[in-house]
Amino acid sequence: MFESLTDKLTNAMRHLRGTAKLSEENMAEALKEVRAALLSADVHFKVARSFIERVKEKCVGQDVLKTVTPGQQIIKIINDELTALLGEGSTELSKKKPLKIMMVGLQGGGKTTTTAKLAKALKKDGYKPHLVACDVYRPAAIDQLETVARQIEVPCFAKRGTPDVPAIGEEGLSVARASGDDLIIFDTAGRLQIDEQLIEEIKELKRRVNPDEVLLVVDGAIGQEAVNVAKTFNEAVQLTGIVMTKLDGDARGGAALSMKEITNVPIKFAGTGEKLDEFDVFHPDRMASRILGMGDVVSLVEKA
Amino acid sequence: MLSIFKKFKDGLSKSAKSIAEKTGGVFGRKKLDASSIEELEEALFASDFGYETTEEIIEETQKAYKKDKDLRGREVAAIGSSILKRVLSGSEGRIQFVEGSPTVICLIGVNGSGKTTTTAKLGHQYKLDGRNPIVAACDTFRAAAIEQLKEWSSRLGLDIISGQHGADSAAVAFDAYQAAKARGHDTLIIDTAGRLHTKSNLMDELAKIRRVLQKHDEAAPHYSLLVVDGSLGSNSIEQARVFNEKFGLDGLVVTKLDGTSRGGALVGIYRELKLPIFFLGFGEKPEDLQEYRIDNYVDAIFGSEQDQEA
Ligand SMILES: Nc1nc2c(ncn2[C@@H]2O[C@H](COP(=O)(O)OP(=O)(O)OP(=O)(O)O)[C@@H](O)[C@H]2O)c(=O)[nH]1
Ligand SMILES: Nc1nc2c(ncn2[C@@H]2O[C@H](COP(=O)(O)OP(=O)(O)OP(=O)(O)O)[C@@H](O)[C@H]2O)c(=O)[nH]1
Ligand SMILES: [Mg+2]
Ligand SMILES: [Mg+2]
Repeated sequence: MFESLTDKLTNAMRHLRGTAKLSEENMAEALKEVRAALLSADVHFKVARSFIERVKEKCVGQDVLKTVTPGQQIIKIINDELTALLGEGSTELSKKKPLKIMMVGLQGGGKTTTTAKLAKALKKDGYKPHLVACDVYRPAAIDQLETVARQIEVPCFAKRGTPDVPAIGEEGLSVARASGDDLIIFDTAGRLQIDEQLIEEIKELKRRVNPDEVLLVVDGAIGQEAVNVAKTFNEAVQLTGIVMTKLDGDARGGAALSMKEITNVPIKFAGTGEKLDEFDVFHPDRMASRILGMGDVVSLVEKA
Repeated sequence: MLSIFKKFKDGLSKSAKSIAEKTGGVFGRKKLDASSIEELEEALFASDFGYETTEEIIEETQKAYKKDKDLRGREVAAIGSSILKRVLSGSEGRIQFVEGSPTVICLIGVNGSGKTTTTAKLGHQYKLDGRNPIVAACDTFRAAAIEQLKEWSSRLGLDIISGQHGADSAAVAFDAYQAAKARGHDTLIIDTAGRLHTKSNLMDELAKIRRVLQKHDEAAPHYSLLVVDGSLGSNSIEQARVFNEKFGLDGLVVTKLDGTSRGGALVGIYRELKLPIFFLGFGEKPEDLQEYRIDNYVDAIFGSEQDQEA
C-alpha cells in the first residue's frame, strides 16, 4: 500500500489522459484510493473524510497538465494540501524568560525523554534549564528524570514521599528561580485522558505554575485514539504544542493530521530516537510524504 | 488467574459503551439503513480494526441487508461478532509450564509499550497462583529501567536478578536462568529494553539473549511475547511482523486497554500472522492483567446477547 499508492492513483486516473478538466466524477476512484491510504496510515476516519472533501474542492475544475500524469497531478495537490495543514502555526516556543514548559500525555509516550531532549536543545541556545519531577506514580520515574538530567548536566528538583504534585511543581519552580535558572520543565506522569482524577491533577498543577507552553507528547504510531487524546488534553490544559515521538520507526504517523485538524494545536517537535540529541523541530513536508508514502513523486511533479 | 470474566468486562466496558454510543441506533432495534451502515463502519475504524476487517464486516452486513431489508441492529451486531469470532478463532494463547526446570517467558517490544509493568504484573499473578516466579531486569540501557523493576519487585515481594546499568543484557539473562534454576524457581520472566523493530543492531541483541538462554535450556525462552500498546494503530502489525521474522514470537500481550481504545490492531495482527494473544493489560496496578478470551473481547466490542436484548 505504502509504495503503491502512486501506481494506484496513476491507474485510477489513466482514463483521464486527454480530458480537459478534473471533475468530481473522473476523480472519484482516485479519491477512494487516497481515502484508503489515509485510513491505513491511521488518519482518523472523520478527518480523512473532510480532508478528501477539501482536496476535491481544490481539484475540481483544474486543467489536466500535459507534463505529468493526472495521477501525479492529484498527488501533488494532496501533498501540498497536507503539508499546508500540518504546517499551520509555528514550531517556535514562547520567547518569555523564564520559560516554563509542562509536558503531558499518555503513558509511555516519551514525556520524560523529551523533557531531557528539550532541555538539552535549549541549553545550547543559552537557557539555564531546571527539570521538575512531577511523576509520583510510576516506579522509579524520579530516578529516570534524575538520570537523564545528570546526563545532560542540568539540575533536577524532586521531592519523594509526597503525592501532592501541584505543591511539588510550585516548590520546584521557586527552587529553580532562586538558583537563577530560566527554563523550567515539568515532567508529569502518564495519564489516560479519561482519568478524571489525574486530569484534575495537571489542571491544578497548571494553575499553580502557570506554564508558558503545555506540550502534548504522543507516540508517532498512535491509532484512532489520537483524536480523543488531543481533544481532551487540549480542553483540560490548553495545549500550545504537540510532540510526535518515535518517528525513527516506520509508523506512517497519520495521527499528526488528525490531532492537528481536531485541535488546531501546532505540532512543534519530533522525537527521532532514544538518545537525548535525537530530536528535531517538526517538518510538515516530511510528515506529509511520510503519511502518503511518496515524496519522490512530489519532487518529480515539482520539476515538471 | 481467577475472576477473569468480571474484570475483563469492567476493563473494556468503557470501550463497549463508547462503541455503542458512537453507533447510536445501529446496535439497537432500529431497522438498518445506509446511514447506520456508515455508522458501523466508523465505529469499526475508530477501534483500529484496520481496513480489511472493517471492509469485510461491512460487506457481509450489506450482503445480509440485501437479502433482508428488515434487518435490525441486533442482527448486525450478531454478524459483526460472528465475523470477528471467526477471524479470531484459535487466537487464545495459554502458557503451558514445563516441569523440572524454569519456564522462561521473555517480554519484548517497542519503547514504552508496557514490558516492565507486564513483567511485574505477571510475576505478581503467578505468585498469587502459588507458583514461584523470579524476574530478570535485562533492560540495562534505558535510564532507571533497572530501578523501575527493582521497585516493582520490592513492592510485590518478587525475587529479582539484575545487573549494572550498561551491562550486557544477555549476561544478565544468563545469570538469571542460573539463579532461577539454582534457587528452585519454576518461572522466569525476563524484561528487555524497548527497541523499535526497524533497528537491526538492537534486534541482534535480542537474538543474543536467546542464544545464551539456550545454553541452559534448548527450549528457552519457552514463550517470547511481544508487548503491544493497545492504543497504537496499524504500525503494530508491522512491529509484530518484524519481531516475528527476526526473533520469532509465540504470541502477544496487548496493554493499555483501560483507555478508550479497543486494541483493534490485535485483530489485524492475528489475521495476518496468526500469533495468539495471551494477556491483556487494563491499567497500571499489578492486578490489571487478564488472560485473553475471544468471547470476552468480542462481547466487549459488540455487546453480548444480553446487552442487546436490554
Ligand atoms: N525510538 C525512540 N524511543 C523513544 C523516543 N522518545 C522516547 N523513547 C523511548 O520510549 C520509552 C518511553 O519513554 P519515556 O520518556 O519514559 O515516556 P514517558 O511518557 O515519560 O512514560 P511514562 O512516564 O511512563 O508515561 C523509553 O524507552 C524511551 O527511551 C523516540 O523518539 N524514539
Ligand atoms: N493505562 C495503562 N498504562 C499502562 C499499562 N501497562 C503499562 N502502562 C504504563 O505505561 C508506561 C510504560 O510502561 P513500561 O512498563 O515502563 O513500558 P516498557 O515497555 O517497559 O517501556 P521501555 O522499557 O521504556 O521500553 C508506564 O507509565 C506504565 O505505568 C496498562 O495496561 N494501562
Ligand atoms: Mg515519564
Ligand atoms: Mg521497560
